Amino acid sequence: MKKIINETSQVEDQMVDGLVKAYPEYVRRIDGTTVVVRSDKKTGKVALISGGGSGHEPAHAGYVGKGMLDAAVAGAVFTSPTPDQVFAGIKEIATDQGVLMVVKNYTGDVMNFEMAADMARDEGIKVDEVVVNDDVAVDGSLYTVGRRGIAGTVFVHKIAGAKAETGASLEEVKAVAEKVIANVRSMSMAITPCTVPAAGKPGFEIAEDEMEIGIGIHGEPGTHKEKMQKADQIVDQLLDKILADIDYAGSEVAVMINGCGATPLMELLIVNNHVSDVLKSKNIKVYKTLVGEYMTSLEMEGFSISLLKLDDELKGLLDATADTPAFKVL
Amino acid sequence: MTDNKKVVEIIKVMAEIIHENAQFLTDLDAPIGDNDHGINMDRGFQKVVEDLPGVENSDIGAILKKTGMDLVSTVGGSSGPLYGTAFMKAGAAVAGKNEIDADDFLDIMDAAVGGVQLRGKAEKGEKTMLDAMIPAVEAIRKGVDAGKTPAEFLADGVEAAKAGVEYTKTIIATKGRASYVGERSIGHQDPGATSFTLLLESIAALYD
Repeated sequence: MKKIINETSQVEDQMVDGLVKAYPEYVRRIDGTTVVVRSDKKTGKVALISGGGSGHEPAHAGYVGKGMLDAAVAGAVFTSPTPDQVFAGIKEIATDQGVLMVVKNYTGDVMNFEMAADMARDEGIKVDEVVVNDDVAVDGSLYTVGRRGIAGTVFVHKIAGAKAETGASLEEVKAVAEKVIANVRSMSMAITPCTVPAAGKPGFEIAEDEMEIGIGIHGEPGTHKEKMQKADQIVDQLLDKILADIDYAGSEVAVMINGCGATPLMELLIVNNHVSDVLKSKNIKVYKTLVGEYMTSLEMEGFSISLLKLDDELKGLLDATADTPAFKVL
Repeated sequence: MTDNKKVVEIIKVMAEIIHENAQFLTDLDAPIGDNDHGINMDRGFQKVVEDLPGVENSDIGAILKKTGMDLVSTVGGSSGPLYGTAFMKAGAAVAGKNEIDADDFLDIMDAAVGGVQLRGKAEKGEKTMLDAMIPAVEAIRKGVDAGKTPAEFLADGVEAAKAGVEYTKTIIATKGRASYVGERSIGHQDPGATSFTLLLESIAALYD
């Protein structure tokens, strides 16, 4: 294993400190935790908290700031944070309007966040949650605990965050988050694995001429391995699966081409070039496109495509001001 | 049946038995999970024991609650929330009591099972710790109703839990990470059902 780190046991801690030192005007760390909160606590609105394992940077702490999250909780690499950490975050950001947790659909994440919510409710804090499950790659047959939450989660952060900023109630913010979840679908592929620092070796193996289709954000297996193909053919394959899942015909969409951590921007743009053409040919209008690293998997080389079907409300919230270290609409 | 002093002793025995079996539990987890159940449980119970001096004069409810909170904050993954909830709910069931009888013990076990079901949204037959817990509690209930001694009804519970562990070898996992391997989970005993059986054996070890 070759990585630019100090001790493997310090990875998460030093990553959080590095972020806070880079963006003190946006975020601060709650002492004794790996929780990052807005440096200027905003009251009079629903507070949003999200998080998960580390290794997905800039998710989730990079989205803490105006118009998105109020807190992000970082667990060990690819491991859910514990309830006491999540609870510390909830307590810090809680407002009279309540707290909405944005959780990705993994057994550990859901349990740990729900426990934290119970602890918060015991102290009289109003808490609710949404669970994101946008990955169309795996379904009941393999992952009976349901679809995984991947890069589409960032759209939930953006849109629910914008809704909360308007002063909407917890019920209203939750409803719009659920609307995003109902209308966003994603799928990934990778051509290299990634190495969890504490494990010291790659999570899976892949031959030089192979790719893994439908891979998860922790390097979990997807639908299958196959021979490497041209970018346009890979895009066709992922888009087919996404477009078959909900009816996008005639609608407007937001597109996210997300790099998994070690994919050159050049290649992401090549991917987007074809995504854009395919959508046009299918009478799907691209309202907004995001190309970059939003939900990574350490140094994995690959990408995901997310398509969010929009209505007027979602368009307005997508365009609303956001000012965070990793996501800005100014 | 027991006072708070004895509950502290039981928890210490639990920690010892989990420690002795840490590698075994982790090895069970490797083929169907993520290869860390024993390591995580051991870390959690070491923290519990470390914190026992602070609560050993408290009531049984408070001791169990603190145990649950320590497990939640140190075990991680899914086992942390599940065992943590089990102990916290168990503690709530006997809040304020310095001594408990067999009926209280049943309340503890029912609360623990209820907590795991609530948190894990699982039922019997999904290859989880519930496949050991539910039959064990039913066996204990029958024993208590029949007027058996704690040594007797705990032995019944352990026997039923062990049968439950054997049963988990025959079924496909449909909850948690083991569900990811689907049919390949057949033939493997569930690590959570196994660790629960070890905890119940720890209680039984102090009654004869």
